[in-house]
Amino acid sequence: MTAAAISTGSGRTYLTLRARLMIAPAVGLLLAISILPLTATLWFSVIDYRLLTPGSSRFVGLANYGRLFTDAAFLPALLNSIILVVLVLAISILGGLALALLIEGAKVGRGALRLLVISPFFVMPPVSALLWKNLLMQPVAGFFAWIAAIFGMAPLDWFARIPLVSISIIVAWQWLPFACLILLTSLQSFDREQREAAQLDGASAFAIFRHLVLPHLARPIAIVVMMETIFLLSLFAEIFVTTGGGPASSNLAFLVYSEAMLRYDVGAASAAGVVAVLFANLLAFFLVRAVGRSLDV
Amino acid sequence: MRSAWIILSAVALSACSSKDSDRTTLTVATVNNGDMVRLREISNEFEKSHPTIRLKWVVLEENVLRQRVTTDIAIRGGQYDVVTIGPYEVPVWARQKWLASLDDMDPSYKVDDLLAPVRAAVSYDGHQYAAPFNGEGTITMYRTDLFRKAGLTMPEKPSWSFLLQAAAKLHHPQEGVYGLCLRGKAGWGENMAVILTMAHSYGGRLFDEQWHPQFDKPEWQKTIATYVDGLRKWGPPGAVGNGFNENLAMFAQGKCAIWFDSTVAAPFLSDPKTSKVASDTGFAAAPDEGLGRSANWLWTWALAVPASSHKTAAAKEFIRWAAGPDYAQLVARRYGWLAVPPGTRKSLYDNPAYRRAAPFAAITLKAINAADPASPSVRPVPYVGVQYAAIPEFQGIGTEVGQQFAAAVAGQVSPADALAEAQAATGRQMTAAGYHK
Amino acid sequence: MRARNTSSIVVTALAWCAALTVAFPLLWALLTSFKTELEAASFPPQFLRFAWTLDNYRVVMADGDYFASLRNSLVIAGGSSALALLLGVPAAWAMAFAPTARTRGTLLWMLSTKMLPPVGVLIPVYLFYRDWGLLDSAFGVALLLAAGNLPIAVWMLFSNFRDVPAEILEAARIDGASMLQELVIVLAPMALPGLASTFFLIFTLAWNEAFWTLNLTSVDAAPLTAFIAAFSSPQGLFWARLSAASMLSIAPVLVIGWFCQRQLVRGLTFGAVK
Repeated sequence: MTAAAISTGSGRTYLTLRARLMIAPAVGLLLAISILPLTATLWFSVIDYRLLTPGSSRFVGLANYGRLFTDAAFLPALLNSIILVVLVLAISILGGLALALLIEGAKVGRGALRLLVISPFFVMPPVSALLWKNLLMQPVAGFFAWIAAIFGMAPLDWFARIPLVSISIIVAWQWLPFACLILLTSLQSFDREQREAAQLDGASAFAIFRHLVLPHLARPIAIVVMMETIFLLSLFAEIFVTTGGGPASSNLAFLVYSEAMLRYDVGAASAAGVVAVLFANLLAFFLVRAVGRSLDV
Repeated sequence: MRSAWIILSAVALSACSSKDSDRTTLTVATVNNGDMVRLREISNEFEKSHPTIRLKWVVLEENVLRQRVTTDIAIRGGQYDVVTIGPYEVPVWARQKWLASLDDMDPSYKVDDLLAPVRAAVSYDGHQYAAPFNGEGTITMYRTDLFRKAGLTMPEKPSWSFLLQAAAKLHHPQEGVYGLCLRGKAGWGENMAVILTMAHSYGGRLFDEQWHPQFDKPEWQKTIATYVDGLRKWGPPGAVGNGFNENLAMFAQGKCAIWFDSTVAAPFLSDPKTSKVASDTGFAAAPDEGLGRSANWLWTWALAVPASSHKTAAAKEFIRWAAGPDYAQLVARRYGWLAVPPGTRKSLYDNPAYRRAAPFAAITLKAINAADPASPSVRPVPYVGVQYAAIPEFQGIGTEVGQQFAAAVAGQVSPADALAEAQAATGRQMTAAGYHK
Repeated sequence: MRARNTSSIVVTALAWCAALTVAFPLLWALLTSFKTELEAASFPPQFLRFAWTLDNYRVVMADGDYFASLRNSLVIAGGSSALALLLGVPAAWAMAFAPTARTRGTLLWMLSTKMLPPVGVLIPVYLFYRDWGLLDSAFGVALLLAAGNLPIAVWMLFSNFRDVPAEILEAARIDGASMLQELVIVLAPMALPGLASTFFLIFTLAWNEAFWTLNLTSVDAAPLTAFIAAFSSPQGLFWARLSAASMLSIAPVLVIGWFCQRQLVRGLTFGAVK
C-alpha cells in the first residue's frame, strides 16, 4: 500500500492546502523562468530580426513559419528527431536495465561497478562526441578500425554510412548511466521479502522478473522515458561536432541552432523553436497515452 | 559614534573605488590556437610595463568564440573589450559600425609594415578596423619520399589536374597511404573553404553581380567533379568527417601523400615532435589551373575593439603591443623564432634569423602575397573573400551548401543533385535576405 | 546451494565485463591523457607501452584558470542543485503523498518547460540578463540551471517517494509527529538513496551543462565547461591535452559521486526498520 491510498476525512483539506503551499515555490520559479523566454520567442517568431543587420527588423506575420515549413530540410529533421529519440531510448533503457540487474546481482565490488557504469555521465557531451568520433569511430585511426583490422574486416565509415545510428550510439552511451541509476535505485527499494517468498514458492528467476520486478520498475521506466525524451528533443551539440548537420543527421533542434547561431536569424530561430515546442508537446501527448498509466498518478 | 562609522565607511569606500578607477581591466576574447595561447602567457610582460591595465582572458574554440562574440557585439552586451575576429567579420561588422576604427594607432604600430593583402583584408571603406595578429594562406603539402619513389616531381606551381594524377599514382590504401587529403567535413569554414577556393581557381564565382548563385555554371560542375572524384577515389575513408585537424593528424602520421590546406599546418609538419614525416614533407604553391586565379586564400586572426567599449584607449594600447612589430622579438626570446605568429609583417620575413629557423617562411610569404580577396574571381563579383563571401548570410549558406557537397562525397547524393540543391537553397536564402529586389 | 553460487559468480563476472565495456571510452581517454600528442593520434593504438608523461596535466593546470573554473563549477553546480532540491523536495512530497486531480497535470507541465530548445531562447535571455546585470555572474547561471533541473528533481523525487511504504508515515503521524519531524526523522532516511541519487544526477547535469555556462559567462563566472572549450579543437594535435583537461574536470564529480554513493549504500538498511 503506497501513499496514494491514504485518505483521512477532514484531514484531507488541510493536507491539500499544505500540499499546494509546498508546490508553490517550485511552480513559481518555473513559471517565472519559462514565461519570459516563451513570450519573447513568440514575439520574435513573427518579426524579421537578423542579428547582423539589426536595422531592418519589421513585422512579417507568419513568413518565418512559412519559410520553415517549405524548407527542404524541415521534414527530414522532424523524422530524424523521432528516430533519434526512439533509438536512444531503446539502447539506453534496455542497456540500463540489463546493467542495473547485473549490478544488483553482483556480489563483488558493487560500489566500483556503480562508479564505472556512471562514468559516461561525467564527460561533457561535446567532448564525449569528439572522443567517440575521433578516438573510437575514425575509420583510419580509430579504435574500432583497429578491432575490425584484427578480424580482417574493412573498417566502417560510421558517419558517412549510418550517421544517425552513430549519433544515437554516442548519445545513448551518455544517457545509459542515467537510466541505470534510476532503475538501480528502484530495484534496491524492491521488497526483498516478496522476492524471497516467491523463490521459496518455486518460481523461476525469469518468472520473478516478469511478474514481480518488471511491474515494480514500470514507473521508473516511464519516468526515464519521459525525461530522456524531453532532453533528446533538444539535442544538437553532438550533431554539430560529428557530422556538422546535413539531411541525414539534422534534427529539429539542430535547425534551430543553425538559424540562431549560423544565420543569426532570430526570427527564424524563434519560429523553429515554437514549432519544436509544439512538436515536443505532441510527442509527449502520445507518450503519456502509452506509458502514463505507469506513472501512478 | 555613528558619525565615526559613516566617516570610516566613506573613507573605506572611496579608497576601494579610487583603487579600482586607477586600473582598467580589459577582457580579451581569443581563439585557442597556439599563437594566442602564447600571447596570453607572455601578456604578463605587458602588465608589467603597463601597471594600470589588467588583462582578463576568454579563450575558446573558434566556433564557440565566434558565436559568443557575435552575439555580444550585436546586442551590445559589453562583455569584451578586445575581440579576435577575421576578415569575414570585418566588413560585415564595420558596415554596422560595431568596430572602433584603428586609424589613429600610435606610429610605433608601424601600420605600413603590414603585408598589403593582410592590411586590405582588415580594412573596410578605407579605414582599418582590426589589427592582424597572425596570417595564413594556402599551400600544397606533399611527401617528398613518396614522390621520389614514384618517379614524380612536384612542379613549383602544380595544377589541379597534376595533383589528381599524382594522387592516383600514390594511392596505396593497403599500405595505409592515401593519395589526396582534403577537407571533407561539412561547414562553411571547413569543406566550403576549400571548395569555394577551388571554384574560384576554376574560373567560377559564388554570385554574379546581381547576387544570383552560380552553382549551375560549368565551372562549378568541374570543381565539384574534381573534388568529389578526388576524395572518393583517392581520399581516405571517413573523409566526410575530416576537417583541418583530422587531416593534419593523418599527414603527420604519414597517411597522406598530398594535402592542400592552410600554411598554418607547416610548422606542425616540419617539427619532429609533432610529425612522424617531418623530414619528408615538401611544400609547393597552391594549385593553379591556369584559368586566371590560383587557389590562394587569405585569413588572419586580428584584434579589434568593439565600438561600444568605454576602454578604447587601453584596448588600443594593448593591441599596439600585441600586434606591433616588437612582439615578434618577445616571442622569439621566450619560445624561439618558430613560434612567432606568421603572416602579418614584412619585417618578420626580412629577418634572417626567422628565415633560418622557418624553412617554410618563403613559401608562406608567397602564398599570402598571391591571395587577392578583393578580386577572387576572373569575372566581376559583388563580394570580397576567396574562401568565403563577406556577407552575413554566408555562414548559413556555406553550411547548407557544404552539407550537400559532403553528402556527395559520402555517396548519399549525386554531384549533380548536390549542385542543384545548393543552387536552390542559396537562391532561397538570398531572396529571403532581400538581395533580389 | 552450489547452483546459487555459480550463478552469482557468473552474474558478477558479467556485471564487471559490462561495466568495463561501458566505461571503456572514458578509460581510453584517461590513458590518452598520459601520452604525448603524437602518440595520442597514432595508429595502431598503444595500450600500455608508450612513454608515459605528466606533461599534459602540467600544461593544463599551469593555464592559470583551472582552479578558478573549478571554484565556479562547484558554486554553480552546487548552488543550482541545492536550490533545485530545496524547491523540489516539498513539491515532490506534496505530489507523492497528497496527490490531487491536478497533480498529473502539474508534473507534465513542469516537464513541458523543458521543451523549448535553449539555443532558441538565447537572444531573449541574453538581453534580459544584460539589462539586469546578470551576465557573467555565477548567480545568474545557477538560477537558470536550477530552473532547468527542477523538473528532473521533482520527477525523480516523486518516483522515490512513491516507493516509500505509507504505513510508516501513517504510524509516525498517529504517534503525533509533526510535519517537520515526519519529513526529517522518518522520511529522509528511507528516501536518502533517492535524495542522494537525485542530487548527484542534477549536480552532474549542471556540471556538464555546456550551453548556458558558455554563453552567459565570460571571465568571472566561467566554469570548467568553458575551461575545457579552450582545449577543444585548436589548430593542431590536441587529444592528449583535451583528455587531461577532461579528466581534471571529471575528478571532482567522481569524488562527490563516491560520497553520494555511500549514502546510496547506507540507505539500503531500511529493511531493518520493519
